[in-house]
Amino acid sequence: MMLLIGSLTIGLILSLLALGVYISFKVFSFADITTEGSLTLGAAVAAVLIVRGVNPLAATMAGGLAGMAAGCITGLLHTRCGVHALLSGILVMTALYSVNLRVMGRSNIPLMSVKTLPQQAGELGDALFGAGGPVPLWGWTVEREALAGLAGALLVAVLVALLLYLFFKTNLGSAMRATGDNAQMMRAQGIHTGNMLVLGLAISNGLVALAGALLAQFQGFADVQMGIGMLVWGLASVIIGQALVGPSRFGLAIVGAVMGAVLFRLLVAIALRWGLNPNDLKLMTALFVLAALVLPTMLRSLRQRKAVRHA
Amino acid sequence: MLNIKDISKTFNPGTPDEVQAIKHVSLAVPDGAFVVVIGTNGSGKSTLQQLIAGACVPDSGRIELAGEDITRWGEHRRAALIGRVFQNPFSGTAPTLSIIENMALAARRGQRRGLGWLLSGAVRRRLRDRVAELGMGLEDRLDNAIGSLSGGQRQALTLLMAVLQRPSLLLLDEHTAALDPKASDQVIRLTRDIVAREKLTTVMVTHSMHQAAHLGDRLIMMVNGEIRQDLADERKRRVNVEDLLALFEQVRRADRLDASAAELLRSRYV
Ligand SMILES: Nc1ncnc2c1ncn2[C@@H]1O[C@H](COP(=O)(O)OP(=O)(O)OP(=O)(O)O)[C@@H](O)[C@H]1O
Ligand SMILES: [Mg+2]
Repeated sequence: MMLLIGSLTIGLILSLLALGVYISFKVFSFADITTEGSLTLGAAVAAVLIVRGVNPLAATMAGGLAGMAAGCITGLLHTRCGVHALLSGILVMTALYSVNLRVMGRSNIPLMSVKTLPQQAGELGDALFGAGGPVPLWGWTVEREALAGLAGALLVAVLVALLLYLFFKTNLGSAMRATGDNAQMMRAQGIHTGNMLVLGLAISNGLVALAGALLAQFQGFADVQMGIGMLVWGLASVIIGQALVGPSRFGLAIVGAVMGAVLFRLLVAIALRWGLNPNDLKLMTALFVLAALVLPTMLRSLRQRKAVRHA
Repeated sequence: MLNIKDISKTFNPGTPDEVQAIKHVSLAVPDGAFVVVIGTNGSGKSTLQQLIAGACVPDSGRIELAGEDITRWGEHRRAALIGRVFQNPFSGTAPTLSIIENMALAARRGQRRGLGWLLSGAVRRRLRDRVAELGMGLEDRLDNAIGSLSGGQRQALTLLMAVLQRPSLLLLDEHTAALDPKASDQVIRLTRDIVAREKLTTVMVTHSMHQAAHLGDRLIMMVNGEIRQDLADERKRRVNVEDLLALFEQVRRADRLDASAAELLRSRYV
């Protein structure tokens, strides 16, 4: 049960990662590897500030803002300096590795002994429902702090998803979706499509960094390696989400991305439980995304070939 | 008023692929005029439209529209003054957005986009009425993705979108070329009605001699990046399809003459 609650909590936090990747990859079809650097950046900035005694909420927000700045840089490299899309992300990600080490001062910052958001959530829970030991839940006993953490993560995920949904319904947000759909059209409608991409990548990496800042607090440390493989992780979540809700408009797709992130995290937990070597995890994730990207077209061409043979 | 003064455009200058697409073209289009542009393939019709729309920058010359010098304006800035419909029905709309969302985006062409809602009840009602005017029954499908429509339906909507905000200039680049004859007729009828009703200044490129003969009040023929013919008023009104075909035949013969003359020179001197 504790394992389930832990996985759900981390899954909900990583849904912010999935939403960020949804914006860059699905809205703009931009495979933005900055994601890996900005996740760590968010964690690094938040961890350092928390250790220095800054309010955890403010520290988390600062982490998110740092991620937005990173996304801006990638976008500007591509739109203003004409750097290839993939390469601009690679450059910023590589630069961020050094930046993150500089920010943290070392490669790992433990957060066990300082007050972080999950602990604050636990205290808030105690204040609301009274303090006490583990609580019974459907025949299991669970730690109060774990429950409070889950509730907090759920709140954050729902809030961010809702805000993103509302944003996509505004003039600006709709113009962003349309720019990803058809940039030529939106230029003819008066949109500076380059700036729109910069804004999109800023929001995307801001969400990713927010995920990083929260992840560090929930797992109890920030590590300079924690971003590695996270773009593919986000892609896997988005792809699962799409499979869950079908090819749909942005509203359901956002819900799908959140559900996909949670489900993927659960699947990973189960796989590890069944004895998957943690070292093989990234290989498995990459293979999964590859299959999800390639299989549909392969199946389609197979079906077509069959149809031709029957004709 | 559109005023093009001596613009030129060369693609890939200084390379073996160098193309002089537009050579010292000047053109003044008074307010309310409807100019139809014809010409051989590769004669620079689309390039001229792109230069006006700001999708590419001229090497020299000036472009003025609605009293402003827009030569240095970016494409998105010029959009405040210019409505466009492209040849490809996929180019003018955002396929995964709904009909009403596409319309509402176009209704704010050239304006700032803030955090207000794209769709309000009032906007919806107003746009619904405009879509209903098309008489295609699309007003009952406003929330369908626009990508699910036929090419003709899309071009009709794109045309409507281009004029939701009255443009100082309407640019049409073979906007019926990708349609079947029936849909093409429908879009052309719509074009004529809208341009006449709103008294729009229009520059329309077409490959159809029938359209060229029957639409507009001025006809321009482009050959090799230059304006070869410019027929206005009475001369334009008298022109028929046969005249235009004869005009093209004349150009072709002249070209062949040029080619054989060049051949003659080469055989003599090289
Ligand atoms: N982006 C570009 N890069 C290089 N050359 C170009 C470019 N756009 C157009 N050209 C060249 O410029 C010339 C004029 O092309 P343009 O598209 O304006 O012709 P057009 O009159 O519209 O022809 P069509 O009737 O086939 O549409 C052609 O030789 C074309 O190959
Ligand atoms: Mg053309």
